Amino acid sequence: MFTKRHIISTRDFSKEEIDYVLSRAEELEIYARAEEPGDGKGRGRKSDLLKGKILANLFYEPSTRTRFSFETAMKRLGGEVINLSSTEASSVAKGENLADTIRTVSGYCDVIVLRHPHEGASRMAASFSPVPIINAGDGAGQHPTQTLLDLYTIKREGLLDGLRIALIGDLKYGRTVHSLAYALSLYKATLFFVSPEALRMPDEIKSDLKEAGAEVLESTDIKEIIKEANVLYVTRIQKERFPDPAEYRKVAGTYRITTDLIEENEDVIIMHPLPKVDEIDVEVDGTKNARYFKQTFYGVPVRMAILSILLGKEEMG
Amino acid sequence: MKKELKVVPIKNGTVIDHITAGQALNVLKILEINGRTDAVVSVVINVRSKKMGRKDIVKVEDRELKPDEVDKIALIAPNATINIIHDSEVTGKHKVYLPKSIEGIIRCANPNCISNAEKEPVMSKFITVSENPPQFRCFYCERIIEDASRNIC
Ligand SMILES: Nc1ncnc2c1ncn2[C@@H]1O[C@H](COP(=O)(O)OP(=O)(O)OP(=O)(O)O)[C@@H](O)[C@H]1O
Ligand SMILES: [Mg+2]
Ligand SMILES: [Zn+2]
Repeated sequence: MFTKRHIISTRDFSKEEIDYVLSRAEELEIYARAEEPGDGKGRGRKSDLLKGKILANLFYEPSTRTRFSFETAMKRLGGEVINLSSTEASSVAKGENLADTIRTVSGYCDVIVLRHPHEGASRMAASFSPVPIINAGDGAGQHPTQTLLDLYTIKREGLLDGLRIALIGDLKYGRTVHSLAYALSLYKATLFFVSPEALRMPDEIKSDLKEAGAEVLESTDIKEIIKEANVLYVTRIQKERFPDPAEYRKVAGTYRITTDLIEENEDVIIMHPLPKVDEIDVEVDGTKNARYFKQTFYGVPVRMAILSILLGKEEMG
Repeated sequence: MKKELKVVPIKNGTVIDHITAGQALNVLKILEINGRTDAVVSVVINVRSKKMGRKDIVKVEDRELKPDEVDKIALIAPNATINIIHDSEVTGKHKVYLPKSIEGIIRCANPNCISNAEKEPVMSKFITVSENPPQFRCFYCERIIEDASRNIC
């Protein structure tokens, strides 16, 4: 069923393969939770599914969620983790190329998680590695496990079939929205693209999505579509995209998610890949609509699913 | 009147005809034919053509270019025809076909692509996504290249 040795790009996945990862994540979610959480409910369970396996985290760029959630996923399944956290303290600082680092590190572990500033780095790394490479972000390129955890969140909300989702913010440069939109087209979702004129979804991507079966609608105004959507997927609009700071403030203000806005659609859920800055009002964090912290938690079961599949441990936890 | 020859007649060799106007020198580059190779080569640039408005022609004497070595010029000259000349007659004629994937020859237009990183032992690689108009996706960064002639290595 699952033939991938490496996880490089969302584009490499068929719908069946994504479904498989998501259902595997559901099976493993119980092991992602703490055994004795503060609330005393003890919902989690212990696992040694990946006992004896070692994951190497190779991060050439900063990360909180991705690196920690891979580490947590591996450890909660009984595996171990080695880290290259500071490139200054390793042979990378001496000018070693990525290919050599991969050839070396792949001898020390069973799976490599790589974040690198160059687009395509993971695809190249895969050709030098006898162990699976998982792309955890390559420059402005792909970040497939983010897309998978976004899909998992939507699925856990029961919204994946017949989904109507608004992707909001920087749709031109945002890598997360491009690969998420691509994956959602496999599910024939209705996609509302809401962005300032200057940051619209590129035409080539739009036509690809339509061809794949998505329904695509565009707007520059959230209010116009909020009643139509079951999910708002919010992304950051970066200051650097605007030569004029006043223009940036105006645009950013227009796309901010507020409690007033949510009143227009009480059932809508709000997702965000995080980190967020001020595109979502802090008051929204406490509403029943906010899902972004749950979404980051779901990174753990999804990464557990991927690790268990790649490392050939398909049985239950 | 005898059929007009756009290039000096040759006895044996290969005539690459219907090259997209302006691309003859890139064709030579891709075929790695240059001053250091022995072959006698003539080039005609921007000549009038009924089919194409304008076109380029390349003629290589005493060398019969094989289809699979010539196919890669489809990257920049998708309408090219390869004419094999024997005893001054055209004895073989074929079109060029874009290979499914292309290694080397063109470089990725994305300066931040790993295939452009000098330290890394990696050659550019593209997957053909459309033949006409020719379009290629970088195997590494997935960027689409539309005009290959601007990205020849
Ligand atoms: N002996 C030769 N020496 C040099 N060039 C030649 C010779 N014979 C033919 N050519 C050239 O090779 C090309 C193909 O010749 P051909 O006689 O098949 O022309 P054509 O009928 O116009 O073909 P097409 O339909 O491909 O345009 C032309 O550009 C022609 O000028
Ligand atoms: Mg002719
Ligand atoms: Zn590239």
